[in-house]
Amino acid sequence: MSARRTDEPAGGLLRGIVERHRLARGPLLPILHDVQREAGWIDDRTIDLVADELNLSRAEVHGVASFYTDFRREPSGGTVVRVCRGEACQAVGGEEIHAALLAGGGGAVTVDQIFCFGNCALGPSVEVDGTLHGRVSVGDLPELITGPTGAAPDAA
Amino acid sequence: MSGGPGVEVTVYVPADSAARSVGADRVAAEVRRAAAAAGRAVRIVRTGSRGMAWLEPLVEVETLRGRIGYGPVRPGEVAGLVDEGLLDGEGDSLGPVEALPWLCDQRRVTFARVGVVDPRDPDSYLEHGGLTGLRRALEVGPEQVLEGMTASGVRGRGGAGFPAGVKWRTVAAAEGDLKFVCANADEGDSGTFADRMIMEGDPFQLLEGMTIAGLAVGASEGYVYVRSEYPDAVATLRAAITAARERGWLGPDVLGSGFGFDVEVRVGAGAYICGEETAMLESLEGKRGMVRAKPPIPALSGLFGRPTVVNNVLTLCAATSVLADGADAYQELGTGRSRGTQVFQLGGNIARGGIVEAPFGVTLRDLVEGYGGGTRSGRPVRAVQVGGPLGAYLPVERLDLPMDYEAFAEAGAMLGHGGVVVFDDTVDMAHQARFAMEFCAAESCGKCTPCRVGAVRGVETIDKVIAGTDVDDNLALLDDLCELMTDGSLCAMGGLTPLPVRSAVSHFGEDFLDRDRTPHTTRELSP
Repeated sequence: MSARRTDEPAGGLLRGIVERHRLARGPLLPILHDVQREAGWIDDRTIDLVADELNLSRAEVHGVASFYTDFRREPSGGTVVRVCRGEACQAVGGEEIHAALLAGGGGAVTVDQIFCFGNCALGPSVEVDGTLHGRVSVGDLPELITGPTGAAPDAA
Repeated sequence: MSGGPGVEVTVYVPADSAARSVGADRVAAEVRRAAAAAGRAVRIVRTGSRGMAWLEPLVEVETLRGRIGYGPVRPGEVAGLVDEGLLDGEGDSLGPVEALPWLCDQRRVTFARVGVVDPRDPDSYLEHGGLTGLRRALEVGPEQVLEGMTASGVRGRGGAGFPAGVKWRTVAAAEGDLKFVCANADEGDSGTFADRMIMEGDPFQLLEGMTIAGLAVGASEGYVYVRSEYPDAVATLRAAITAARERGWLGPDVLGSGFGFDVEVRVGAGAYICGEETAMLESLEGKRGMVRAKPPIPALSGLFGRPTVVNNVLTLCAATSVLADGADAYQELGTGRSRGTQVFQLGGNIARGGIVEAPFGVTLRDLVEGYGGGTRSGRPVRAVQVGGPLGAYLPVERLDLPMDYEAFAEAGAMLGHGGVVVFDDTVDMAHQARFAMEFCAAESCGKCTPCRVGAVRGVETIDKVIAGTDVDDNLALLDDLCELMTDGSLCAMGGLTPLPVRSAVSHFGEDFLDRDRTPHTTRELSP
């Protein structure tokens, strides 16, 4: 547990999201997906409010939020880099990419492992802030990660 | 020459996520700019992918000679290609794409439209034979549909290979005023991407297949459970659903027949286990993706306890072909009890990766050396993993194995969802065996002990083998553990994890016994 949390996504935002999915069958995952997308993480207050709205126990909602890796219970930092560790990417050097990302991390980058983007013929695959890149080499990483925020002109 | 200035040229650039991962969006933008600079009118159609991944981004230009291909076209190369006559099908091309031997040799049934049509355009779907199956189903009625599915011999493409007709009949016969059709698109196996390519390249086919299933069993609602790692598939499917509702292909009165059926997309949340059908149902209900004990089977008590068809994307797509072309046409393809075509997916260290749709019975060697052209690194093939992370590692000596359910079962392997992942001779098979256990530990739902605890103990034991500690004893222990996981696990996650582990030990024993051999660090791949 982290001691302090800021920018809590609870409150008005959440009520809108719940209303959007209230009529769906089994609305909990769609609701948590929307909170995750719009707030970046799922805080304790959200758990309480969702439990209340859906007439579930806090334990049930916490259980779901903590089961799935997509749902973050703490805010992520900076650029989110998701690297494939599946066998097809391993066969073309994916583990070296993963190791390089972990070694070169730092505060502004969150590195997550993913098991397969379905890009298995064009690996190794790395996703940077939602954009998927294929045939990535260790040498490509700095540009992929700093490129968009570094406002480098499009070389092409 | 297909025309000069003033005549609009149609250029096809894939919007498939694999093509986009190597620059297809930038290539499409460059085509637009280069055409404008040349004063030519172009219509750019974003298609799915033909499944020739090594040629991506593959640009195709409509000409009187057919669609002329260029690929791989890297960002930055388009202006030069347009100067050399790309917009007229001239210059350094691959020739007519549909005449490429790699494509010609295949038997594209499920993938016939992928890479050809505009996946978001319902008219494009109709022009290429779409809805023929559903129209026929509405004409002949549920009983005939069930008959056709049973006679065709279609087996589940998710991995287990259960006859689809039998499953559908069970749901049809079950009592219930509310039934569901669930498409399992939680394609989590590394090395598989066929479901993704269908959803991105021909989503209407899946919707049509689900509607046929709904009609056959008396279901009114369908769900597609797509993994969150496939955002493009989710977006394309949702666009297709909206278009299908507008056309009356989905909704309260499907094609004016009075039959009501609608489909909703649900997105997974990063849990491999949700590809197991009962865990998927739990997840759809908004719960943790924990495996259910069977019985009851989902056909009788599935989503929210209602009778439910759970089929893989490709199985539901096969239904459209069975209905459109007849069960006999489907039966004619394949071998033994494996009928029809299978969509093989070639990935990993392979020179020409992608989709090979062929009748069952093609050999692993045809796929790896023939279509695949060997490794991308140019080094010798050492191991091939078939059927995803829970599939066996096979050595090159086993490449003559025919790709069908029975032959694979006999060889102690499984076909799974048709994924083929190639490794060259730099692979460390002890590492791969360790990874299989690590993966199981990371992705186990935790419900049963052999899987939850066994996988962790498996990693520890293989670590000892790798470190050279009491190697013989620890390999014996590992074998015991594998036996227990195989026999004692609730589902395929724990039950099949021993398959890659044991196959690695039995076929590549030297990697476990002689850890002093040349280290596996020299790896050179062309960019």
